[in-house]
Amino acid sequence: MLDYKDEWLLDMGGMMEKNLEQYYDPTSLYARLRLAQMKRAWKKENRRKLTLWERTYLPTLVSGVWLTSKHFFYNLMFHILHLFGLAKDVKAAVTYQYPEKPRPLSPRLRTRHRLTKRADGSPRCVACMMCETVCPARCIEITAAEHPDPNIEKYPAEFIIDLGKCVYCGFCVEVCPEDAIRMDTQRLDIAEYSREEMIYNKKRLMED
Amino acid sequence: MMSDILIKLFLSSGVLFVMFNIAGLLTWVERKQSALMQDRIGANRASIFGIKALGMVHAIADVLKMLSKEEFCPQGANKFLFKIAPYLSFVFALVGFAAIPIGGELIVGHHSIQLQAAHLNVALIFIFAMMSMGIYGVVLAGFSSNNNYAFLGGVRGAAQMIAYEIAMGASIIGVIMVFNTLDLQALVRAEGAYLFGGWVPKWGVFVQPLAFFLFLTAAAAETKRTPFDLPEGESEIIGYFVEYSGMKFGMFFLADLIETVLVSSLMTTLFFGGWQVPYLHADGFYFPWGAHIALTNLPVVILGVVSFFIKTSFFIWLLMAVRWTLPRFRYDQLMNLGWKILLPASLVNIAITAVVISLFNH
Repeated sequence: MLDYKDEWLLDMGGMMEKNLEQYYDPTSLYARLRLAQMKRAWKKENRRKLTLWERTYLPTLVSGVWLTSKHFFYNLMFHILHLFGLAKDVKAAVTYQYPEKPRPLSPRLRTRHRLTKRADGSPRCVACMMCETVCPARCIEITAAEHPDPNIEKYPAEFIIDLGKCVYCGFCVEVCPEDAIRMDTQRLDIAEYSREEMIYNKKRLMED
Repeated sequence: MMSDILIKLFLSSGVLFVMFNIAGLLTWVERKQSALMQDRIGANRASIFGIKALGMVHAIADVLKMLSKEEFCPQGANKFLFKIAPYLSFVFALVGFAAIPIGGELIVGHHSIQLQAAHLNVALIFIFAMMSMGIYGVVLAGFSSNNNYAFLGGVRGAAQMIAYEIAMGASIIGVIMVFNTLDLQALVRAEGAYLFGGWVPKWGVFVQPLAFFLFLTAAAAETKRTPFDLPEGESEIIGYFVEYSGMKFGMFFLADLIETVLVSSLMTTLFFGGWQVPYLHADGFYFPWGAHIALTNLPVVILGVVSFFIKTSFFIWLLMAVRWTLPRFRYDQLMNLGWKILLPASLVNIAITAVVISLFNH
């Protein structure tokens, strides 16, 4: 129901009831849109007029420059202290010096894929094609082959992910029954000179 | 005679050298200042043999990049005007410095040197003429590019600069009336007087406070930088220099920075006593509480030049701070501010000044 605590609703309360609550369910989409429209109109009509002092732009100018200058002098002071090796624990900037010192990433973040391994170093993947099937970007291509161990049916002779197409949705990880593919390498900066180099094969995916 | 010419040559090349370097340095200052305001670090990667100098090398790298870029001239452009426009903008911004007094009277041997590249008795009018000529660079760049966006940018630039030029000119008439001169060196000398029993120096800002604020606003508009960057509007509304590349673009960019310095030094000269140091006279300090420190000519002049540069740097800092604080005005707001607030206010200021002066003279 409508909340009559708002100043603007109190102001136009009568009209509201007549227009809305009598004929429409106030939680309906129409009512909500109409409500928003009326609120905009009310705000436009009842907009506070700026005083002459405010219209000279001076108060906003002074308060704005005051704010930025506070940041400026605070940061300048600590940058100078850092130059002399003092107050190193106070940060004067939020910048990360990226290629040298990458930003800390959340462990849950979906980053570049890797294929997990068994104890003997072979891939855990059983070439069930679940990830290839679920992939919305169709960037996974598995070539299955028969595994010499009779307990394991198949293994991927080749496992290709085209990272140029991948949308990092993580469906392949969700769907994998063998926990054979993970997206936890914490590598985001994937850049190559050609599209071919963006295609990762089994060997590259198992490197880490 | 020969020595006079040599002195003038030395002085003017010195001023030119300092101004070029300050403009180059300002590209660095602007980057670093904006970075510090926004809790960033700013440009710090370019290095020559491992020397980064806090990112100052970026200024050199930028110039090298601009010089080595292709100088593009669009099809259908008026080639002559297109090529001459950045030079107009640049040169007229630079020429104004000739008439700014950077120091007092230096005495070397039997020579007395005024530290002002061109000692004009109409210095103020000369500077304003040169600043108005700067509009031609903007208009011609927009007109000759054969690009509708550039053309509109040029039109906006012309409208804005005419609006603010008038307000700016009207705001300093009060100062001219108080100090009764157009010669900037004489004006600065007149600012060496004192008010209220010798405690407050007779600087422009104390006798013409309203004019100072009007001039500050109009000057910020004159430099064509945010919040008044409608002619340029780097990323969204596209200004008069869209079609320019390489060093021609760099010249427009530098012209803006040089204008910032020019306007700051003009503000210092007109309203903050130019090279005057409070309580410093030609032969040393005379403090209002009676103390006296005797100084010879050379330290007095050096103190004056240093004080001029400190004051100018403060105004450059202020203009930069405003530029990185405020958002851009809408076009109608800009025109309202120029024609409906600044111009009437400066006319009122002239009227009040006239009444006060005539009352004092009787």
